[in-house]
Amino acid sequence: MVAAGGRAGPAGAPGCPGDDNIVAIRGLSYARGQSVIFDRLDLDIRRGGVTAIMGPSGTGKTTLLRLVTGQELPDAGSIRFDGQEVTRMNRRELFRMRKRVGMLFQNGALLTDINVYDNVAFPLREHTRLPERLIRHIVLTKLHAVGLRGAWQLMPAQLSGGMARRVALARAIVMDPEIIYYDEPFVGLDPISMGVVVRLIRRMNDALGLTSVVVTHDVDEVSTIADCAYLLSEGRVAAYGTPEDLQDHHSDTVTQFMTGMADGPVPFHYPAPDYGEQLLARGGK
Amino acid sequence: MERLPPRGLRRLAYEIGWSLRGFFGTFGAGQLFLLRIIADLPYALARPGLVIRQVYVTGVQSLVVIMLAGLFVGMVLALQAYLTLSRFGAEDTIGMVAALGLVRELGPVVTALLFAGRAGTALSSEIGLMRATDQLSGMEMMAVDPIKRVVAPRFLGGVIAVPILTVIFSAMGIFGAWLEAVIILGVDEGAFWSQMQAQVDLREDVMSGIIKSFFFGIAASLLAVFEGYNCVPTAEGVGRATTRAVVHTSLTVLVLNFMLTAWLLGGN
Repeated sequence: MVAAGGRAGPAGAPGCPGDDNIVAIRGLSYARGQSVIFDRLDLDIRRGGVTAIMGPSGTGKTTLLRLVTGQELPDAGSIRFDGQEVTRMNRRELFRMRKRVGMLFQNGALLTDINVYDNVAFPLREHTRLPERLIRHIVLTKLHAVGLRGAWQLMPAQLSGGMARRVALARAIVMDPEIIYYDEPFVGLDPISMGVVVRLIRRMNDALGLTSVVVTHDVDEVSTIADCAYLLSEGRVAAYGTPEDLQDHHSDTVTQFMTGMADGPVPFHYPAPDYGEQLLARGGK
Repeated sequence: MERLPPRGLRRLAYEIGWSLRGFFGTFGAGQLFLLRIIADLPYALARPGLVIRQVYVTGVQSLVVIMLAGLFVGMVLALQAYLTLSRFGAEDTIGMVAALGLVRELGPVVTALLFAGRAGTALSSEIGLMRATDQLSGMEMMAVDPIKRVVAPRFLGGVIAVPILTVIFSAMGIFGAWLEAVIILGVDEGAFWSQMQAQVDLREDVMSGIIKSFFFGIAASLLAVFEGYNCVPTAEGVGRATTRAVVHTSLTVLVLNFMLTAWLLGGN
C-alpha cells in the first residue's frame, strides 16, 4: 500500500498505521526563521512495529523527533502520544511521558565522565530506589543483550562508534520503555557494526514488545527491518508504505531518494545565479 | 533582514539601545537561571557525593595555582611595602599592611579571578561540550533535569570552594610576606607578627574578606555554568562561551568588589 500527500495511513496495511497508533501527528507546522520545516504534516506510528522515517538531509527528520518528544514546540498542529497531547504538557508531564520513552541519539550521547556500567545504570539510579545488587543484575542483562557485557568497565572515549551506540541502546531500554526513537542510528558505522545495530533494533523490538521509530536516510539498511516507512519531503509526507512499496513507487521524489540519484526533484546544485555570468562578473566574490 | 537607521547619531543611539537590550536580556536570564538553580539545590544537597566531587574538581585541583599565586602576591606585597615604609622607619608594620591587603582585598579578588581562569573555564567548557554532544538533551530524554543533575552540584561546589581557596590564598600570602620581610629583608619577626595581631580584626577584616569571597564564588560559579549551559552547541560556540565566562566573571568580580567594600566598610 502506498499513499502520498501527507494523509494518515489506511487501517490494516501490514505494519503501517492502523487503529492502534501510539503516536499521532496532525496538521503539524513548524518553521525555523524563514525556513518552513513542516507544513501541515500528518503521520502515525503504529504500536508494536518498526517505523522508518526517511528523507534527504535537511528535511527535518531529527526535528520531528525533537517535536514528538516535546523538546521543541510546533507552530501549529497536534502531537499525541498514547492519546495525550504532547504540545500542552508541562515539564512534569513531559518527564512522565519520557520515562515511557527511550531515545538513541546520533552520537550515543553517553555521559563521558562515567563508565559504560554507570551510563546504563544512570536512569535506574535516578528514577528508582532499587538496591545496587538488583541494578547490577539489570544492567548486566541489558549489556548482555547488546553484546557488551564484557565492556562494562570501559569509558565512553574507549568505545568505537558502533559500541557507543549499542551501549546507548542498552541505556535506552534499561527502563523498559514502550517506544524507542532512533536518530540516524547507522551514521558512520562500518558494515559489521551497522549489521549488528540493524539486527539489534529488530530483535529488541520483537523481544521486548516495543515500538521503534528509526529516523534515517540509509534506505537499504532500514528496508530490511521496517514494517512501515515514511518518506518526508518539503515539509510533508511524500509517500509511505512498506519498504517494498516505496521501492516500486513511481513519483520522481521517491524514485530519486530510493535509488540515490544525484539530481532530480532534490537538485544537486544549491540555488545560484547563472554559472557563466558569475564567472565573468568583475570584482568581489 | 532588519533595516538599520542611517549612519550618524540615530544609528549610534540604535546600536547603544540594542546593546543595552542584549545586556539586560542576558542579565535577566542569568537571574532566572540562578533562581532555577536555587530551587534545585535541595536535590544537589541530597546527593552530597555529586557536590563533593565538584568541590574536589574546582577546589582541590586549583590548590597548586592558588597557593603559588598567594605566595608570590604576598612576597611582592611585602617587598613593595618595605620599599615605601622603610623611608619612614615603619617597616615593622609590614606584617599588618600585607595581612590587611590580603584578607580584605587581594585574597578574595585574586582568588576569584584565578578561580574564573582555572575552574570557571573548565566548568563552562565541560557543560558546553555536554550540550554540544547531546549529553544534556540525553538527560532530558531520560526525564532527568540537567539543571538538577549537572548544573546545581557544580554551582554549589564552586560556591563552597571559593571561600576555602580564598582563606588558603591569604594564608599563603601572609607566609610569603613573612618569607620576604623577615627572612630575606631582615625585618624583626616579633614586630611583624605582633603588629599584624594587633591591627587585623577577625570580624571586620577577616570575615569581610570571607563574605566577599562567598559572593564572588556565587558570581564566578553562576557565570561559568550559565555560559556553558546556554552556549551555541558547536566547537566555536563552546570556545566563545568559555571566553565570555572569564571576561564577565572578571568584570563582575571587580565591580562587585567595590560595591561589597562600600557596603562592608560603610564608607560610601
